[in-house]
Amino acid sequence: MKSFTYERANSPADAAAAAARHADAKFIAGGTNLLDLMKLEIETPAHLIDVNGLALDKIESMPDGGLKIGALVRNTDLAADKRVRRDYGVLSRALLAGASGQLRNMATTAGNLLQRTRCPYFYDTNQPCNKRRPGSGCAAIGGFNRQHAVVGASEACIATHPSDMAVAMRTLDAVVETVRPDGATRTIPIAEFHHLPGNTPHVETALSQGELITAVTLPKPIGGTHIYRKVRDRASYAFALVSVAAIVQRDGTGRVALGGVAHKPWRIESADAQLPRGAKAVAAQLFAGAKPTRQNAFKLSLAERTLGAVLTEAKG
Amino acid sequence: MQGPSDFELSRRKLLLGTAASVAFSAASAEARAQTPVVPAQAAVPGIATMKVSFNVNGAPREIALDMRTTLLDALREHLHLTGTKKGCDHGQCGACTVIAGGRRINSCMTLAVMHEGDSITTIEGLGTPENMHPMQAAFVKHDGFQCGYCTPGQICSAVAVLDEIKAGIPSHVTADLDAAPQLTNAELRERMSGNICRCGAYSNIAEAITEVAGRPT
Repeated sequence: MKSFTYERANSPADAAAAAARHADAKFIAGGTNLLDLMKLEIETPAHLIDVNGLALDKIESMPDGGLKIGALVRNTDLAADKRVRRDYGVLSRALLAGASGQLRNMATTAGNLLQRTRCPYFYDTNQPCNKRRPGSGCAAIGGFNRQHAVVGASEACIATHPSDMAVAMRTLDAVVETVRPDGATRTIPIAEFHHLPGNTPHVETALSQGELITAVTLPKPIGGTHIYRKVRDRASYAFALVSVAAIVQRDGTGRVALGGVAHKPWRIESADAQLPRGAKAVAAQLFAGAKPTRQNAFKLSLAERTLGAVLTEAKG
Repeated sequence: MQGPSDFELSRRKLLLGTAASVAFSAASAEARAQTPVVPAQAAVPGIATMKVSFNVNGAPREIALDMRTTLLDALREHLHLTGTKKGCDHGQCGACTVIAGGRRINSCMTLAVMHEGDSITTIEGLGTPENMHPMQAAFVKHDGFQCGYCTPGQICSAVAVLDEIKAGIPSHVTADLDAAPQLTNAELRERMSGNICRCGAYSNIAEAITEVAGRPT
Protein backbone atom coordinates (compact mmCIF):
# COMPACT_ATOMS: atom_id res chain seq x y z
CA MET A 1 0.00 0.00 0.00
CA LYS A 2 1.29 3.50 -0.86
CA SER A 3 1.66 5.81 2.12
CA PHE A 4 -0.91 8.52 2.70
CA THR A 5 -1.78 11.23 5.17
CA TYR A 6 -4.92 10.81 7.24
CA GLU A 7 -7.44 13.04 8.93
CA ARG A 8 -10.77 12.66 10.65
CA ALA A 9 -13.42 15.07 9.40
CA ASN A 10 -15.84 16.78 11.78
CA SER A 11 -18.65 17.85 9.47
CA PRO A 12 -19.75 17.00 5.92
CA ALA A 13 -18.80 20.48 4.68
CA ASP A 14 -15.36 20.20 6.36
CA ALA A 15 -14.83 16.82 4.75
CA ALA A 16 -15.68 18.16 1.29
CA ALA A 17 -13.46 21.21 1.83
CA ALA A 18 -10.58 18.98 2.94
CA ALA A 19 -11.00 16.92 -0.22
CA ALA A 20 -10.71 20.07 -2.31
CA ARG A 21 -7.46 21.03 -0.52
CA HIS A 22 -5.79 17.73 -1.45
CA ALA A 23 -5.71 16.94 -5.15
CA ASP A 24 -5.48 13.21 -4.55
CA ALA A 25 -7.77 12.72 -1.57
CA LYS A 26 -10.35 10.01 -0.97
CA PHE A 27 -13.08 9.72 1.63
CA ILE A 28 -13.01 6.53 3.64
CA ALA A 29 -16.05 5.12 5.45
CA GLY A 30 -16.45 1.32 5.58
CA GLY A 31 -13.26 0.88 3.59
CA THR A 32 -14.29 -2.57 2.37
CA ASN A 33 -13.67 -1.73 -1.30
CA LEU A 34 -11.21 1.17 -1.06
CA LEU A 35 -8.70 -0.64 1.18
CA ASP A 36 -8.89 -3.72 -1.01
CA LEU A 37 -7.94 -1.55 -4.00
CA MET A 38 -5.29 0.36 -2.03
CA LYS A 39 -3.55 -2.88 -1.08
CA LEU A 40 -3.33 -3.72 -4.78
CA GLU A 41 -2.25 -0.13 -5.57
CA ILE A 42 -5.15 0.28 -7.96
CA GLU A 43 -6.28 3.15 -5.74
CA THR A 44 -3.36 5.29 -4.49
CA PRO A 45 -4.82 8.26 -2.62
CA ALA A 46 -2.24 10.61 -1.09
CA HIS A 47 -4.70 11.68 1.58
CA LEU A 48 -7.53 9.85 3.36
CA ILE A 49 -10.41 11.71 4.95
CA ASP A 50 -12.12 9.47 7.50
CA VAL A 51 -15.81 10.40 7.43
CA ASN A 52 -16.98 7.84 10.00
CA GLY A 53 -17.44 10.53 12.67
CA LEU A 54 -19.88 12.64 10.63
CA ALA A 55 -23.06 11.40 12.35
CA LEU A 56 -24.66 10.56 9.01
CA ASP A 57 -25.78 7.19 10.32
CA LYS A 58 -29.50 7.79 10.90
CA ILE A 59 -32.55 6.68 8.91
CA GLU A 60 -35.25 9.35 9.18
CA SER A 61 -38.91 9.28 8.17
CA MET A 62 -39.69 12.29 5.97
CA PRO A 63 -42.83 14.47 6.11
CA ASP A 64 -43.74 13.37 2.56
CA GLY A 65 -43.82 9.73 3.67
CA GLY A 66 -40.39 8.92 2.27
CA LEU A 67 -37.18 7.90 4.01
CA LYS A 68 -33.85 9.69 4.32
CA ILE A 69 -30.94 7.27 4.66
CA GLY A 70 -27.73 8.78 6.04
CA ALA A 71 -24.65 8.14 3.90
CA LEU A 72 -22.99 6.21 6.74
CA VAL A 73 -25.87 3.85 7.52
CA ARG A 74 -24.29 0.40 7.38
CA ASN A 75 -25.74 -2.13 4.95
CA THR A 76 -26.79 -4.40 7.85
CA ASP A 77 -28.72 -1.60 9.56
CA LEU A 78 -30.42 -0.48 6.37
CA ALA A 79 -31.50 -4.02 5.50
CA ALA A 80 -32.79 -4.60 9.06
CA ASP A 81 -34.65 -1.30 9.47
CA LYS A 82 -38.35 -2.03 10.12
CA ARG A 83 -39.55 0.66 7.72
CA VAL A 84 -37.29 -0.60 4.94
CA ARG A 85 -38.39 -4.20 5.48
CA ARG A 86 -42.05 -3.20 5.45
CA ASP A 87 -42.19 -0.54 2.72
CA TYR A 88 -39.07 -1.05 0.58
CA GLY A 89 -38.60 -4.82 0.74
CA VAL A 90 -36.72 -4.90 -2.56
CA LEU A 91 -33.98 -2.84 -0.89
CA SER A 92 -33.66 -5.13 2.14
CA ARG A 93 -33.57 -8.15 -0.15
CA ALA A 94 -30.92 -6.64 -2.41
CA LEU A 95 -28.67 -5.68 0.51
CA LEU A 96 -28.97 -9.12 2.08
CA ALA A 97 -28.06 -10.75 -1.23
CA GLY A 98 -24.76 -8.87 -1.29
CA ALA A 99 -21.37 -9.57 0.33
CA SER A 100 -21.08 -11.31 3.73
CA GLY A 101 -22.35 -10.52 7.21
CA GLN A 102 -18.95 -9.10 8.18
CA LEU A 103 -18.76 -6.82 5.13
CA ARG A 104 -22.37 -5.64 5.48
CA ASN A 105 -21.56 -4.61 9.06
CA MET A 106 -18.88 -2.25 7.72
CA ALA A 107 -20.07 -1.21 4.26
CA THR A 108 -22.04 2.04 4.06
CA THR A 109 -24.90 3.27 1.89
CA ALA A 110 -22.76 5.86 0.08
CA GLY A 111 -19.80 3.51 -0.25
CA ASN A 112 -21.99 0.83 -1.78
CA LEU A 113 -23.05 3.27 -4.53
CA LEU A 114 -19.39 4.10 -5.17
CA GLN A 115 -18.11 0.53 -5.46
CA ARG A 116 -15.69 -0.07 -8.30
CA THR A 117 -16.16 -2.89 -10.78
CA ARG A 118 -14.85 -6.38 -9.99
CA CYS A 119 -13.62 -6.83 -13.59
CA PRO A 120 -10.52 -9.03 -13.19
CA TYR A 121 -8.61 -6.92 -15.72
CA PHE A 122 -9.33 -3.79 -13.68
CA TYR A 123 -7.87 -5.66 -10.70
CA ASP A 124 -4.76 -6.88 -12.55
CA THR A 125 -2.30 -3.99 -12.77
CA ASN A 126 -0.29 -5.86 -15.42
CA GLN A 127 -3.22 -5.62 -17.83
CA PRO A 128 -4.41 -2.65 -19.85
CA CYS A 129 -7.60 -1.09 -18.50
CA ASN A 130 -9.20 2.16 -19.64
CA LYS A 131 -10.84 2.53 -16.25
CA ARG A 132 -7.61 2.16 -14.29
CA ARG A 133 -5.26 3.77 -16.83
CA PRO A 134 -7.28 5.82 -19.35
CA GLY A 135 -6.17 5.21 -22.92
CA SER A 136 -4.35 1.94 -22.19
CA GLY A 137 -7.02 -0.26 -23.76
CA CYS A 138 -9.42 -2.92 -22.53
CA ALA A 139 -8.17 -6.44 -21.90
CA ALA A 140 -11.66 -7.72 -21.13
CA ILE A 141 -12.78 -7.20 -24.73
CA GLY A 142 -11.43 -10.33 -26.36
CA GLY A 143 -10.44 -11.74 -22.94
CA PHE A 144 -12.35 -13.79 -20.40
CA ASN A 145 -15.58 -11.81 -20.28
CA ARG A 146 -18.25 -14.21 -19.09
CA GLN A 147 -19.03 -11.86 -16.16
CA HIS A 148 -19.12 -8.66 -18.19
CA ALA A 149 -21.72 -6.24 -19.50
CA VAL A 150 -24.10 -7.20 -22.29
CA VAL A 151 -25.76 -3.84 -22.75
CA GLY A 152 -24.77 -0.17 -22.57
CA ALA A 153 -21.05 -1.00 -22.87
CA SER A 154 -18.56 0.65 -25.23
CA GLU A 155 -15.43 -0.05 -27.26
CA ALA A 156 -13.49 1.28 -24.26
CA CYS A 157 -15.02 -0.76 -21.42
CA ILE A 158 -17.38 -3.68 -20.82
CA ALA A 159 -17.24 -3.69 -17.02
CA THR A 160 -20.35 -4.11 -14.86
CA HIS A 161 -21.37 -2.26 -11.72
CA PRO A 162 -21.20 -4.75 -8.83
CA SER A 163 -23.81 -3.30 -6.45
CA ASP A 164 -27.04 -5.07 -5.55
CA MET A 165 -28.27 -2.19 -3.37
CA ALA A 166 -28.08 0.31 -6.23
CA VAL A 167 -30.24 -1.90 -8.46
CA ALA A 168 -33.02 -1.90 -5.86
CA MET A 169 -32.61 1.85 -5.33
CA ARG A 170 -33.01 2.36 -9.07
CA THR A 171 -36.47 0.75 -8.98
CA LEU A 172 -37.32 2.93 -5.98
CA ASP A 173 -36.31 6.16 -7.78
CA ALA A 174 -33.88 7.04 -5.00
CA VAL A 175 -32.20 10.45 -4.92
CA VAL A 176 -28.58 11.03 -3.87
CA GLU A 177 -27.89 14.12 -1.72
CA THR A 178 -24.42 15.66 -1.72
CA VAL A 179 -22.37 18.56 -0.41
CA ARG A 180 -19.59 20.20 -2.40
CA PRO A 181 -16.36 21.77 -1.14
CA ASP A 182 -17.90 25.28 -1.29
CA GLY A 183 -20.69 24.08 0.99
CA ALA A 184 -23.35 23.98 -1.76
CA THR A 185 -25.70 21.01 -1.65
CA ARG A 186 -27.48 19.30 -4.52
CA THR A 187 -29.59 16.26 -5.31
CA ILE A 188 -28.90 13.73 -8.06
CA PRO A 189 -31.58 11.24 -9.19
CA ILE A 190 -30.08 7.75 -9.09
CA ALA A 191 -30.86 7.34 -12.80
CA GLU A 192 -28.25 10.05 -13.47
CA PHE A 193 -25.81 9.12 -10.72
CA HIS A 194 -23.94 6.30 -12.46
CA HIS A 195 -22.52 6.89 -15.92
CA LEU A 196 -22.23 4.56 -18.89
CA PRO A 197 -18.60 3.94 -19.88
CA GLY A 198 -18.54 5.67 -23.29
CA ASN A 199 -15.04 6.97 -24.00
CA THR A 200 -14.42 7.83 -20.34
CA PRO A 201 -14.96 4.63 -18.30
CA HIS A 202 -12.85 6.10 -15.48
CA VAL A 203 -15.58 8.71 -14.89
CA GLU A 204 -18.09 6.51 -13.11
CA THR A 205 -20.47 8.88 -11.36
CA ALA A 206 -21.90 12.39 -11.53
CA LEU A 207 -19.88 13.44 -8.47
CA SER A 208 -17.35 16.23 -8.91
CA GLN A 209 -13.95 16.45 -7.17
CA GLY A 210 -14.43 16.66 -3.43
CA GLU A 211 -18.20 16.18 -3.55
CA LEU A 212 -19.45 14.09 -0.62
CA ILE A 213 -22.63 12.01 -0.49
CA THR A 214 -24.55 12.91 2.66
CA ALA A 215 -27.76 10.89 2.22
CA VAL A 216 -29.95 8.88 -0.10
CA THR A 217 -33.66 9.61 -0.02
CA LEU A 218 -36.46 7.27 -1.03
CA PRO A 219 -39.81 8.67 -2.20
CA LYS A 220 -42.91 7.58 -0.31
CA PRO A 221 -43.66 3.85 -0.61
CA ILE A 222 -45.54 2.70 -3.72
CA GLY A 223 -46.75 -0.63 -2.34
CA GLY A 224 -46.71 -3.72 -4.54
CA THR A 225 -44.81 -6.96 -4.24
CA HIS A 226 -41.07 -6.41 -3.80
CA ILE A 227 -38.69 -9.04 -5.15
CA TYR A 228 -34.92 -9.18 -5.63
CA ARG A 229 -33.72 -12.32 -7.38
CA LYS A 230 -29.97 -12.78 -7.78
CA VAL A 231 -28.35 -15.49 -9.88
CA ARG A 232 -24.69 -16.21 -9.15
CA ASP A 233 -22.06 -18.93 -9.38
CA ARG A 234 -22.50 -19.95 -5.73
CA ALA A 235 -25.52 -19.72 -3.45
CA SER A 236 -24.10 -17.00 -1.21
CA TYR A 237 -21.33 -14.42 -1.06
CA ALA A 238 -20.76 -13.91 -4.79
CA PHE A 239 -21.40 -11.13 -7.28
CA ALA A 240 -24.39 -11.40 -9.61
CA LEU A 241 -24.30 -12.95 -13.05
CA VAL A 242 -27.68 -11.31 -13.40
CA SER A 243 -30.08 -9.96 -10.84
CA VAL A 244 -33.63 -8.69 -11.09
CA ALA A 245 -35.16 -6.05 -8.82
CA ALA A 246 -38.90 -5.76 -9.29
CA ILE A 247 -41.87 -4.03 -7.73
CA VAL A 248 -45.06 -5.51 -9.16
CA GLN A 249 -48.56 -4.19 -8.47
CA ARG A 250 -51.73 -6.32 -8.36
CA ASP A 251 -52.75 -5.25 -11.86
CA GLY A 252 -49.44 -6.50 -13.24
CA THR A 253 -47.89 -3.07 -13.76
CA GLY A 254 -44.67 -2.17 -12.01
CA ARG A 255 -40.98 -1.39 -12.22
CA VAL A 256 -37.96 -3.54 -12.99
CA ALA A 257 -34.18 -3.08 -13.01
CA LEU A 258 -31.34 -5.49 -13.72
CA GLY A 259 -27.95 -5.91 -12.07
CA GLY A 260 -24.88 -7.66 -13.47
CA VAL A 261 -25.59 -6.71 -17.09
CA ALA A 262 -24.33 -3.14 -17.46
CA HIS A 263 -22.03 -0.41 -16.17
CA LYS A 264 -24.91 0.86 -14.03
CA PRO A 265 -28.17 -0.48 -12.61
CA TRP A 266 -30.12 -1.20 -15.79
CA ARG A 267 -33.63 0.18 -15.91
CA ILE A 268 -35.43 1.25 -19.08
CA GLU A 269 -38.78 2.91 -18.41
CA SER A 270 -40.23 1.52 -21.67
CA ALA A 271 -39.50 -1.96 -20.31
CA ASP A 272 -41.55 -1.22 -17.17
CA ALA A 273 -44.52 -0.55 -19.45
CA GLN A 274 -44.22 -4.09 -20.86
CA LEU A 275 -44.50 -5.81 -17.45
CA PRO A 276 -48.16 -6.84 -17.91
CA ARG A 277 -47.13 -8.56 -21.16
CA GLY A 278 -44.56 -10.81 -19.50
CA ALA A 279 -40.84 -11.46 -19.32
CA LYS A 280 -40.16 -11.78 -23.03
CA ALA A 281 -41.64 -8.39 -23.83
CA VAL A 282 -39.80 -6.76 -20.92
CA ALA A 283 -36.46 -8.35 -21.85
CA ALA A 284 -36.86 -7.22 -25.46
CA GLN A 285 -36.98 -3.61 -24.26
CA LEU A 286 -34.22 -3.99 -21.67
CA PHE A 287 -31.87 -5.59 -24.15
CA ALA A 288 -32.61 -3.47 -27.23
CA GLY A 289 -29.17 -2.78 -28.70
CA ALA A 290 -27.46 -5.35 -26.49
CA LYS A 291 -24.01 -6.45 -27.66
CA PRO A 292 -23.09 -9.56 -25.70
CA THR A 293 -19.81 -11.38 -26.23
CA ARG A 294 -19.68 -15.06 -27.15
CA GLN A 295 -18.97 -15.89 -23.49
CA ASN A 296 -21.69 -13.81 -21.85
CA ALA A 297 -24.57 -14.09 -24.34
CA PHE A 298 -26.13 -16.52 -21.85
CA LYS A 299 -26.96 -13.50 -19.68
CA LEU A 300 -29.72 -12.46 -22.11
CA SER A 301 -31.68 -15.69 -21.73
CA LEU A 302 -30.73 -16.04 -18.04
CA ALA A 303 -32.10 -12.55 -17.32
CA GLU A 304 -35.31 -13.23 -19.26
CA ARG A 305 -35.90 -16.49 -17.40
CA THR A 306 -35.09 -14.92 -14.04
CA LEU A 307 -37.53 -12.15 -14.87
CA GLY A 308 -40.11 -14.81 -15.74
CA ALA A 309 -39.57 -16.49 -12.37
CA VAL A 310 -39.90 -13.14 -10.60
CA LEU A 311 -43.18 -12.31 -12.37
CA THR A 312 -44.57 -15.76 -11.53
CA GLU A 313 -43.57 -15.27 -7.89
CA ALA A 314 -45.21 -11.83 -7.88
CA LYS A 315 -48.52 -13.33 -8.95
CA GLY A 316 -48.29 -15.42 -5.76
CA MET B 1 -3.15 -20.76 27.85
CA GLN B 2 0.34 -20.66 26.41
CA GLY B 3 1.23 -17.09 27.37
CA PRO B 4 4.03 -15.32 25.48
CA SER B 5 5.76 -18.47 24.35
CA ASP B 6 9.27 -19.25 23.16
CA PHE B 7 7.76 -19.86 19.77
CA GLU B 8 6.44 -16.32 19.67
CA LEU B 9 9.82 -14.85 20.62
CA SER B 10 11.82 -16.91 18.19
CA ARG B 11 9.33 -16.12 15.44
CA ARG B 12 9.72 -12.43 16.14
CA LYS B 13 13.52 -12.68 15.96
CA LEU B 14 13.22 -14.57 12.72
CA LEU B 15 10.99 -11.86 11.23
CA LEU B 16 13.38 -9.13 12.34
CA GLY B 17 16.24 -11.02 10.82
CA THR B 18 14.39 -11.32 7.54
CA ALA B 19 13.43 -7.67 7.51
CA ALA B 20 17.01 -6.69 8.28
CA SER B 21 18.47 -8.72 5.45
CA VAL B 22 15.99 -7.21 2.98
CA ALA B 23 16.79 -3.72 4.24
CA PHE B 24 20.52 -4.36 4.01
CA SER B 25 20.40 -5.55 0.46
CA ALA B 26 18.36 -2.51 -0.56
CA ALA B 27 20.02 0.25 1.43
CA SER B 28 23.25 2.08 0.75
CA ALA B 29 26.32 1.51 2.93
CA GLU B 30 25.82 4.89 4.53
CA ALA B 31 22.20 4.20 5.39
CA ARG B 32 23.22 0.78 6.66
CA ALA B 33 25.55 2.38 9.19
CA GLN B 34 22.88 4.81 10.37
CA THR B 35 19.73 2.73 10.38
CA PRO B 36 19.36 0.47 13.37
CA VAL B 37 17.12 -2.55 13.13
CA VAL B 38 13.97 -1.54 14.93
CA PRO B 39 11.07 -3.58 16.17
CA ALA B 40 7.92 -3.24 14.06
CA GLN B 41 6.10 -1.15 16.63
CA ALA B 42 8.75 1.57 16.88
CA ALA B 43 8.78 4.57 14.57
CA VAL B 44 10.55 4.06 11.25
CA PRO B 45 12.30 7.17 9.92
CA GLY B 46 10.36 8.74 7.06
CA ILE B 47 7.15 6.87 7.86
CA ALA B 48 4.47 8.95 9.53
CA THR B 49 2.80 7.30 12.47
CA MET B 50 -0.30 8.07 14.46
CA LYS B 51 -1.38 7.09 17.95
CA VAL B 52 -4.53 5.07 18.30
CA SER B 53 -6.20 4.01 21.54
CA PHE B 54 -8.75 1.25 21.76
CA ASN B 55 -9.87 -1.43 24.12
CA VAL B 56 -8.87 -4.96 23.19
CA ASN B 57 -10.37 -7.88 25.10
CA GLY B 58 -11.18 -5.60 28.04
CA ALA B 59 -7.78 -3.90 28.30
CA PRO B 60 -7.03 -0.36 27.11
CA ARG B 61 -4.22 -0.31 24.52
CA GLU B 62 -2.43 2.60 22.93
CA ILE B 63 -0.06 2.15 20.02
CA ALA B 64 1.65 4.38 17.47
CA LEU B 65 1.15 2.97 14.01
CA ASP B 66 2.01 3.58 10.40
CA MET B 67 -1.39 4.76 9.13
CA ARG B 68 -1.46 1.92 6.61
CA THR B 69 -1.65 -0.69 9.37
CA THR B 70 -4.84 -2.69 9.22
CA LEU B 71 -6.64 -3.61 12.41
CA LEU B 72 -5.58 -7.19 11.70
CA ASP B 73 -1.87 -6.32 11.52
CA ALA B 74 -2.15 -4.11 14.61
CA LEU B 75 -3.61 -7.03 16.57
CA ARG B 76 -1.15 -9.62 15.30
CA GLU B 77 2.11 -7.76 14.79
CA HIS B 78 1.88 -5.01 17.38
CA LEU B 79 -0.26 -6.46 20.18
CA HIS B 80 0.92 -10.02 19.50
CA LEU B 81 -2.61 -11.38 19.54
CA THR B 82 -1.91 -13.97 16.88
CA GLY B 83 -5.14 -15.91 17.38
CA THR B 84 -6.74 -13.78 14.68
CA LYS B 85 -5.52 -15.13 11.36
CA LYS B 86 -4.60 -13.56 8.04
CA GLY B 87 -6.02 -15.59 5.19
CA CYS B 88 -6.67 -13.72 1.95
CA ASP B 89 -6.12 -10.19 3.39
CA HIS B 90 -8.86 -8.99 1.01
CA GLY B 91 -12.12 -9.57 2.89
CA GLN B 92 -12.96 -12.76 1.06
CA CYS B 93 -12.21 -15.56 3.53
CA GLY B 94 -13.26 -14.40 7.02
CA ALA B 95 -10.20 -15.82 8.85
CA CYS B 96 -9.54 -12.35 10.29
CA THR B 97 -13.03 -11.90 11.76
CA VAL B 98 -13.10 -10.03 15.07
CA ILE B 99 -15.93 -8.35 16.97
CA ALA B 100 -15.65 -4.54 17.03
CA GLY B 101 -18.27 -2.51 18.87
CA GLY B 102 -20.33 -5.68 19.22
CA ARG B 103 -20.33 -6.47 15.49
CA ARG B 104 -18.29 -8.94 13.52
CA ILE B 105 -16.04 -7.39 10.90
CA ASN B 106 -13.14 -8.39 8.65
CA SER B 107 -10.16 -6.89 10.51
CA CYS B 108 -8.09 -6.97 7.30
CA MET B 109 -10.43 -4.53 5.54
CA THR B 110 -10.23 -1.70 8.04
CA LEU B 111 -7.42 0.54 9.23
CA ALA B 112 -6.46 0.43 12.90
CA VAL B 113 -6.58 4.25 13.09
CA MET B 114 -10.27 4.08 12.14
CA HIS B 115 -10.96 2.36 15.47
CA GLU B 116 -10.03 5.12 17.94
CA GLY B 117 -12.05 4.50 21.12
CA ASP B 118 -13.52 1.24 19.82
CA SER B 119 -13.91 -2.00 21.81
CA ILE B 120 -12.51 -5.04 20.07
CA THR B 121 -12.93 -8.67 21.00
CA THR B 122 -10.65 -11.28 19.44
CA ILE B 123 -10.64 -15.05 19.90
CA GLU B 124 -8.29 -14.54 22.88
CA GLY B 125 -10.97 -12.41 24.52
CA LEU B 126 -13.74 -14.95 24.11
CA GLY B 127 -12.12 -17.66 26.19
CA THR B 128 -8.96 -19.50 27.17
CA PRO B 129 -8.06 -23.20 26.91
CA GLU B 130 -8.88 -23.53 30.62
CA ASN B 131 -12.06 -21.51 30.44
CA MET B 132 -13.48 -21.81 26.97
CA HIS B 133 -16.37 -19.82 25.57
CA PRO B 134 -19.32 -22.16 24.93
CA MET B 135 -18.78 -21.70 21.19
CA GLN B 136 -15.15 -22.75 21.49
CA ALA B 137 -16.15 -25.81 23.53
CA ALA B 138 -18.80 -26.72 20.96
CA PHE B 139 -16.30 -26.48 18.09
CA VAL B 140 -14.02 -28.89 19.98
CA LYS B 141 -16.89 -31.25 20.79
CA HIS B 142 -18.25 -31.33 17.24
CA ASP B 143 -14.84 -31.34 15.55
CA GLY B 144 -15.67 -28.08 13.78
CA PHE B 145 -12.27 -27.85 12.11
CA GLN B 146 -9.42 -29.82 10.63
CA CYS B 147 -6.33 -27.63 10.19
CA GLY B 148 -7.77 -24.94 12.50
CA TYR B 149 -6.58 -21.91 10.56
CA CYS B 150 -10.05 -20.50 9.87
CA THR B 151 -11.35 -21.49 13.32
CA PRO B 152 -10.79 -18.26 15.30
CA GLY B 153 -12.63 -16.34 12.58
CA GLN B 154 -15.37 -18.98 12.41
CA ILE B 155 -15.90 -18.81 16.18
CA CYS B 156 -15.93 -14.99 16.38
CA SER B 157 -18.35 -14.95 13.47
CA ALA B 158 -20.57 -17.65 14.99
CA VAL B 159 -20.83 -15.83 18.32
CA ALA B 160 -21.89 -12.66 16.48
CA VAL B 161 -24.32 -14.56 14.22
CA LEU B 162 -26.33 -15.75 17.22
CA ASP B 163 -26.52 -12.15 18.48
CA GLU B 164 -27.66 -10.98 15.03
CA ILE B 165 -30.48 -13.55 14.96
CA LYS B 166 -31.48 -12.54 18.50
CA ALA B 167 -31.54 -8.90 17.38
CA GLY B 168 -33.94 -9.86 14.57
CA ILE B 169 -31.59 -9.01 11.71
CA PRO B 170 -32.85 -10.84 8.61
CA SER B 171 -30.71 -12.74 6.11
CA HIS B 172 -30.88 -13.62 2.42
CA VAL B 173 -32.76 -16.85 3.25
CA THR B 174 -35.23 -15.36 5.76
CA ALA B 175 -38.60 -16.15 4.17
CA ASP B 176 -40.63 -13.39 5.84
CA LEU B 177 -38.89 -10.04 6.30
CA ASP B 178 -41.47 -8.97 8.87
CA ALA B 179 -41.10 -12.05 11.08
CA ALA B 180 -38.31 -12.86 13.54
CA PRO B 181 -35.61 -14.93 11.82
CA GLN B 182 -35.44 -18.58 12.88
CA LEU B 183 -32.40 -20.60 13.90
CA THR B 184 -32.53 -23.03 11.00
CA ASN B 185 -29.57 -24.77 9.43
CA ALA B 186 -30.17 -22.79 6.21
CA GLU B 187 -30.04 -19.53 8.19
CA LEU B 188 -26.77 -20.48 9.91
CA ARG B 189 -25.15 -21.55 6.66
CA GLU B 190 -26.16 -18.37 4.84
CA ARG B 191 -25.01 -16.16 7.72
CA MET B 192 -21.67 -18.00 7.97
CA SER B 193 -20.95 -17.79 4.23
CA GLY B 194 -18.33 -15.09 4.80
CA ASN B 195 -16.14 -17.65 6.62
CA ILE B 196 -14.48 -20.06 4.25
CA CYS B 197 -13.14 -23.41 5.51
CA ARG B 198 -10.95 -25.07 2.91
CA CYS B 199 -10.89 -28.28 4.93
CA GLY B 200 -14.67 -28.35 4.50
CA ALA B 201 -15.67 -28.76 8.13
CA TYR B 202 -18.91 -26.90 7.45
CA SER B 203 -21.39 -29.52 8.65
CA ASN B 204 -19.58 -29.90 11.97
CA ILE B 205 -19.34 -26.11 12.32
CA ALA B 206 -23.10 -25.86 11.76
CA GLU B 207 -23.68 -28.53 14.42
CA ALA B 208 -21.49 -26.69 16.92
CA ILE B 209 -23.32 -23.40 16.37
CA THR B 210 -26.68 -25.14 16.52
CA GLU B 211 -25.82 -26.65 19.90
CA VAL B 212 -24.80 -23.31 21.36
CA ALA B 213 -27.95 -21.75 19.97
CA GLY B 214 -29.85 -24.20 22.17
CA ARG B 215 -31.41 -26.39 19.55
CA PRO B 216 -30.94 -30.17 19.62
CA THR B 217 -28.57 -31.27 16.82
